Amino acid sequence: MPDTLTPIKSLTREQMAARLAQDIPEGWYVNLGIGAPTLVANYVADREVVFHSENGILGVGPAPGANEVEPWLINAGKQYVTLVEGASTFHSADSFGIIRGGHLDLAVLGGYEVAENGDLANWSTGANDAGPAVGGAMDLGAGAKQVWVLMDHTTKTGEPKLVERCSYPLTALGSVTRIYTNLAVIDITPEGFVLRDAAPGLTFEDIQARTGATLRRA
Amino acid sequence: MIDKFVADMPAALAGIHDGATLMLGGFGSVGMPNQLIEGVADMGVRHLTLIANNAGAAFGGMAVLLQTGAVEKVVCSYPRSANSTLFVDLYREGKIKLELVPQGTLAERIRAAAAGVPAFFTPTAAGTQLGAGKETREINGKLCVLEQALFADFALLESWEADRFGNLTYKLAGRNFNPIMAGAAKTTIVQTHNIAGPDGIAADDVMTPGIFVNRVIHIPYGDPVL
Repeated sequence: MPDTLTPIKSLTREQMAARLAQDIPEGWYVNLGIGAPTLVANYVADREVVFHSENGILGVGPAPGANEVEPWLINAGKQYVTLVEGASTFHSADSFGIIRGGHLDLAVLGGYEVAENGDLANWSTGANDAGPAVGGAMDLGAGAKQVWVLMDHTTKTGEPKLVERCSYPLTALGSVTRIYTNLAVIDITPEGFVLRDAAPGLTFEDIQARTGATLRRA
Repeated sequence: MIDKFVADMPAALAGIHDGATLMLGGFGSVGMPNQLIEGVADMGVRHLTLIANNAGAAFGGMAVLLQTGAVEKVVCSYPRSANSTLFVDLYREGKIKLELVPQGTLAERIRAAAAGVPAFFTPTAAGTQLGAGKETREINGKLCVLEQALFADFALLESWEADRFGNLTYKLAGRNFNPIMAGAAKTTIVQTHNIAGPDGIAADDVMTPGIFVNRVIHIPYGDPVL
């Protein structure tokens, strides 16, 4: 069915990250998941937002220049990073205390599926070809004050990723509060999915047709 | 006079036996006690259980140890590596067991062991496959799972600086699991880049108090390599 839809122009990964970044207020403490969520850091402009990395850093800055690499400073994605003013380092139990203890204002995570009740599936497709791995996803899902998911609206084959109930193994229950996709910004409310913003040129009906559960108007 | 420094690798690793459970500090390649782990591989001990955040990269101590076939089980949060399929291949061939633990739960289970807390409730993994089969309780409106403290026979750690009392400091992202593993094992063994000056580490600068540390070996191998 999705194949018969009129082709639409969707946002790039960079545009999605920039759209999400607009909504992060100055002063928030934020963890960015590995992959596309990492791009969000490039778009907070001149607002002071403190980025957290699970391996024990608050105040993560941009990637270093080739001659400025500090070999003892990597992020959770195992890439070299820098520190910004006010940064601190700490051990893994404190780092996850920050997460689980509800001190982080926001975690931005990727997703395989998000359900209309806020359930998140983002750690396993159930196929174990690459071996199972979870990292900090379940802790971030259960602990951050807000969990925003940054992901494509549908799979590569056009299947909806916003669904009534997740079919993939769950990461966390009822924790996602907002979803930023290449087509829309959607809030999760007690009533379910609510459309807050659509990519340029898209209608409510365009988004609903590509969503696997009932969409409500804001 | 107290002096926890040992002269060589055999003295550092003395007592590690077949069937031992070893905690390994490090996140990615930073703060990883690579030389101690390679020392364990050289000992020829078998049937080991490793507790660590990752399960090795293409090179480094864990890769060497996994290749010897000495490891029976790994307890970790993220066994995949961008540049190695070593662990995953062993896992798919059924040659190694895996206990997958969410990273924060792994850290807290280790801290709990060091702190004498036998078990604790946490919301992480509640209602998921990794919480399945565990005792659950709703606390303050949140579903929680009961997690057990995680102990080891030996902890192998890496510090930036150590003094003769076993007081330790770490550098930047090199801290990670190292301080919490100190004290969660019956014997804690540290490889350190630097030896503190004659006055030792200043009290306010100590990140791991020496009471948690049994042996220290000086291995100034240089910077970690990604």
